[in-house]
Amino acid sequence: MKKKLWICVALLLVIPGLLFVTSCAKKVVKVDTTQEDEAAKLAAEKARQEEIARQLDRQRAIDEENLQKEAASREIIAARNLFMNENIYFDFDMSNLKPESQEVLKRKAEWLRNNPGESIIVEGHCDERGTNEYNLALGDRRAQSAKNFLIDLGIAESRLTTISYGEERPADPRQNEDAWSKNRRDQFVIE
Amino acid sequence: MLNKSLIKIIFICLIATASFFIDSAHCQTEYDYIDINNPFTRKIPIAVPVFKSMSGSEGEKFLSQEASNLLSRSLEFTGYFKIIDRDAYLADPETDIIVSNINFKNWTGIGAELLITGSLFLKDNVIEMELRLYDTFKGSLIVGKRYKGVVNNQRKMIHRFCGEIIYKLTGNRGIFDSRIAFVSTTSGNKNIYLCEFDGHNSEQLTYDKSITLSPAWSSDAKWIAYTSYSKGKPDLYIKNLKDKHGAVVAKKGINISPAWVPGKFQLAATLSFSGDQEIYLLTGKGEIVKNLTNNWGIDVSPTFSPDGNKMAFVSSRSGSPQIYIMDLDSGQVKRLTFQGTYNTCPSWSPRGDKIAYSGMGNGQGNIYTIDVEGEFPALQLTHNSGNNESPTWSPDGSLIAFSSTREGPSRVYVMTAYGTDQRRLLALPGEQTDPEWSPGVIDN
Repeated sequence: MKKKLWICVALLLVIPGLLFVTSCAKKVVKVDTTQEDEAAKLAAEKARQEEIARQLDRQRAIDEENLQKEAASREIIAARNLFMNENIYFDFDMSNLKPESQEVLKRKAEWLRNNPGESIIVEGHCDERGTNEYNLALGDRRAQSAKNFLIDLGIAESRLTTISYGEERPADPRQNEDAWSKNRRDQFVIE
Repeated sequence: MLNKSLIKIIFICLIATASFFIDSAHCQTEYDYIDINNPFTRKIPIAVPVFKSMSGSEGEKFLSQEASNLLSRSLEFTGYFKIIDRDAYLADPETDIIVSNINFKNWTGIGAELLITGSLFLKDNVIEMELRLYDTFKGSLIVGKRYKGVVNNQRKMIHRFCGEIIYKLTGNRGIFDSRIAFVSTTSGNKNIYLCEFDGHNSEQLTYDKSITLSPAWSSDAKWIAYTSYSKGKPDLYIKNLKDKHGAVVAKKGINISPAWVPGKFQLAATLSFSGDQEIYLLTGKGEIVKNLTNNWGIDVSPTFSPDGNKMAFVSSRSGSPQIYIMDLDSGQVKRLTFQGTYNTCPSWSPRGDKIAYSGMGNGQGNIYTIDVEGEFPALQLTHNSGNNESPTWSPDGSLIAFSSTREGPSRVYVMTAYGTDQRRLLALPGEQTDPEWSPGVIDN
């Protein structure tokens, strides 16, 4: 009986004690974990934000670089196209370079200096008037005129080839002065 | 190839059988039928009745008709003759063409000064023809020949007899064995073609997928030189017509406008590897012998005098393209053309006395001839008929072929050396340019 009583007393003492302890302990733990979570979350968020920002920066930098590259390559292509598309023109039965043709050739020389790996073909053309064999010789002379001018501007002769097409490859097949003036030309082809 | 050698064998047989059995003593007499100095002002009226068919079979009659028509057309082509319409004939060719039966009054009565009679016998695909040319006023035989050959060679037999006729009347064999090389775009690209003197039987010679220009015959007609872009730039090709072998001149710049030296395996051409367009003398293998010109400006389009002592060419040394003549021994050069500011495409006449060329004014080219001494003003042969270029003489000097845009696209035309009888030589799909008449005798 006496043993039972002790157990009861002990239980009476221990249980509320336990309750107290648990409730106290619970309270402390609860406070601690909340604070830690928040901090981690914040840190993580911050890190995430930072990472995003970094990624954005990186992307921006890449974009920027690409844009620059694109712009640069656009410029290169544009310069290349200009080089290919800008013809010089001659008067009937003439192979001497007009002042405006010399300006065009100066730009071409600059491009050739900027692109030292490139070689070009100068094509000499004539309008359909006149006769075939003479026009082949005249086209040759027109191509040689441009070639010699580029050599005088410091371009190595080894980078310059000429081909005469005479009247065989008109740019404009019509038969009037407008077409003929377009056909009396040197064309420049990058090899 | 097989076909060609077969033709050759048959042709040799044909020459052998063409006998002189009916040549009269009169043949050696000089006949003043054709005034060589101005032969086209009055055409000789000639009657060519249908040949007599010996067996009277349908096949034979058809061939007789064909052969006599071809003879008429071929003679008319020379520009010397006026063919009298068969409807006007008073005589019946079936009975009246046997030598003893010819009543020459029936022919002089309709204005015929010359008469050709023929008989044709066909057996086993072999034709025998007897052809005779008479002077109707004198009532005499000028020339008579007998030919035998396979049906396919009828054209050759008729042309052989045409050659005999022209030889008797002019002392020259004429054009009937000659061919014409030209450039045509028929294949889609400019390639060289060959045809017979009258535009028949054209065949493609080159098969380049680029640009081919300026064919030039060697004087034995065994070689053709031309310019081709088949390697991307204008190079000079020298090709044997029989075995298609040869050489290429592919120096930097242009390698163009070939012309063979008469009687030699040498040719002149314009090369620009030096930076200037000069005419060089080359061997037939394409090796440089020497410079022929050495002058600032364009020197192009050489053509040799028949004796090979002189060369005419185009030069821009005076500021515009003009024709010059160089004495090849002394190297002396004199300017030939002074009329107009653009004279190109010279072609030296086989008779040696004239040069044909294309002169441009008001944007259109016309064909001219000028005496080689330049003493007389040039004679303009084409007028208001498109752009006319590339004149080339027939081997007897009687005709000139040239290219013209008178019907729109460029085509090859032919006219007499005096500009009369201008007509189209042939019409293939595409455009035709650069005609070049072969020498007279082709034995390959």
